[in-house]
Amino acid sequence: MTKIFVPRDMAALAMGAERVVAAIEKEASARGESVQIVRNGSRGLLWLEPLIEVVTPQGRIGYGPAAAAHVPSLFDAGFLTGGAHALCIGKVEDHPWWARQNRVTFARVGVIDPLSLEDWTAHGGGRGLARAFEVGPAATIEEVTKSGLRGRGGAAFPTGAKWKRIAATKAPQCYVVCNADEGDSGTYADRMIMEGDPFTLIEGMTICGFANGASKGFVYLCCEYPQAADVFSKALEIARAADWLGKNVRGSDFGFDIELRVGAGAYVCGERTSLLESLEGKRAVVRVTPPAPSLVGLFGRPTVVNNVMSLASVPVIMDKGGDYYAGFGMGRSRGAMAMQISGNVKYGGLFEAGFGLTLGEIVNDIGGGTFTGRPVRAVQCGGPCGAYFPTSLFDTPYDYEAFAALNAMVGHGGLVVFDDSVDLAQMARASMEFCALESCGKCTPCRVGSIRGVETIGKIIAGVDVDANIALVEDLCETMKLGSLCGLGGAIHMPILSALHLFPEDFRKAALPAAAE
Amino acid sequence: MSGAVPWNEARAHEIITAHLGLECPVLPVLHALQKEFGYLSAEAISLLAKALNISRAEMYGVITFYDHFRIEPPGRHELKLCRAEACRSMGSEKVAREFLDSQHLDWRQTAADNSLTVDAVYCLGLCAHSPAALYDGDPIGRVDAPKLAALAQEAKSA
Ligand SMILES: Cc1cc2nc3c(=O)[nH]c(=O)nc-3n(C[C@H](O)[C@H](O)[C@H](O)COP(=O)(O)O)c2cc1C
Ligand code: SF4
Repeated sequence: MTKIFVPRDMAALAMGAERVVAAIEKEASARGESVQIVRNGSRGLLWLEPLIEVVTPQGRIGYGPAAAAHVPSLFDAGFLTGGAHALCIGKVEDHPWWARQNRVTFARVGVIDPLSLEDWTAHGGGRGLARAFEVGPAATIEEVTKSGLRGRGGAAFPTGAKWKRIAATKAPQCYVVCNADEGDSGTYADRMIMEGDPFTLIEGMTICGFANGASKGFVYLCCEYPQAADVFSKALEIARAADWLGKNVRGSDFGFDIELRVGAGAYVCGERTSLLESLEGKRAVVRVTPPAPSLVGLFGRPTVVNNVMSLASVPVIMDKGGDYYAGFGMGRSRGAMAMQISGNVKYGGLFEAGFGLTLGEIVNDIGGGTFTGRPVRAVQCGGPCGAYFPTSLFDTPYDYEAFAALNAMVGHGGLVVFDDSVDLAQMARASMEFCALESCGKCTPCRVGSIRGVETIGKIIAGVDVDANIALVEDLCETMKLGSLCGLGGAIHMPILSALHLFPEDFRKAALPAAAE
Repeated sequence: MSGAVPWNEARAHEIITAHLGLECPVLPVLHALQKEFGYLSAEAISLLAKALNISRAEMYGVITFYDHFRIEPPGRHELKLCRAEACRSMGSEKVAREFLDSQHLDWRQTAADNSLTVDAVYCLGLCAHSPAALYDGDPIGRVDAPKLAALAQEAKSA
């Protein structure tokens, strides 16, 4: 019996993983070979998906990107014993794209069977919770604080400090809410955890509940991830049946359970207070803060809202210690970050490493430049409200503070690469369109300003009163930045102004004779 | 979308009742009703508003906040094309425009033969395989003109 891994990760499915599995089953039975196919998450070497891994005495040998049509030749080449084939990448763990990483939060993603508790515990799953039970709530919060972990959802608020505030309320009932609304373009890290290592998210939420005195958690997942919903629901059932959730977690007197809730296609629901409104079944209009959700959150109770990656980092912090985690990174950006290299890029995928690589290293060395083979022209970091970087800024270290100094953000870790065919004026207008479409409507600068922004950038593109309209866009961005309640209207100036200031030629094309193309 | 069944009040009742025990059942029950019947009809909304003891207007207010919920019946199949930045970096806008033109459709419209509804989405988390799409919930990477033409054909035949 040969064990074969074929990811059920959504990206692998999008590239034909189901057809590959069917072809392997068919070919194996025709040839009388006995195989066991495990559906793992993705290791994040996404350009190789579907990546078949065969367990051999030499280790796990990878073949990718595989299509159903390759399967007969894979059998002919003896892939069941690691035979040579054009798709063979050798031992996956030795592949430079994998070997160069520090897999910390994502250590098990792509490695284990996501729905096997045995596999999970054999790879160290559950040790973080055991440690938390051993040291108690206060020391748990201390350890998380020591790790330097900052919220991976986008705002980069220190997780330990947030937990301290909740614990200090000593409320009889509070909630853990996991933000899995992952709406930023260019990002998929939360999805990869939920599909590839769901028990670790459950463990992280349980530790959070234990530390903060919460007995109930919600995961708010975006509706664009049906596969993640499916895997995570199954993981919840398995965890309940084995006492990883329930009235007496692992036989302790601590009770905790988690409910999965699915959103309904509104980007703004990723904003923590909008998310809470949505969970409560309302129009998801952003709340005025203070009071912060840590004081008045879900159903008026103190609520910890944390991102998937933040919560999934807690188990390893508890298991290996805050110092271990803080040992990665630079400056005040501690720990490892899952950089999601996306868009027009040759080697796209999730690369986890300590903060501090330069943007150029990430895009050119790791990402391999563009997919189309044309020169890189811009990289948008931090999602739809993040700035565009030109290649002249490629020596910028990947670090919260270095980015903030440039009026940019790391955000949730997305990096979207563009080649030289990109038109940044068109992208700036698209940002305004996105803001208009997704605005919750509460603030006039965001709701109305974005519509005016679409019109005004349209005029610039058409070459109408370019100087006056550029001044108007600058002014509008300032108004939106200052007059918006949340980071949608409040940060959408980042892509627009970075495009305008760093790629000014794209806004003056209509004035140039060459614009006739 | 495929799998949806015609309106059935008793069944709707059953779905609503099954969710009433949840802490704030609104979103889950809206999802369940839409999944069953393909969209949220006026009847469904009335029934739910009554069960939750809120006005129909309030119920509409909630539903229309979210792009995912429909108050009109969709086509038999549903194609969601991503329009976010990562997909744009790979030319998604041109691919989408040409496809929509070829089908004589615009965003959020349903084909005249009711085979297909085309929607826009902003990010499917498939950003290393842009352009991306979801067809009846199945993810598709590296979307191009031939792939879309094949899907439209498939939608017509089933
Ligand atoms: C418009 C907007 C969208 C957001 N989307 C997300 C999201 O999809 N996921 C997320 O975790 N945080 C998102 N955030 C940040 C959350 O408001 C919040 O800071 C975060 O969930 C807190 O968790 P963390 O401290 O672990 O990052 C968004 C914020 C804004 C303003
Ligand atoms: S900035 Fe926009 S999305 Fe945010 S609260 Fe104001 S109107 Fe709503």
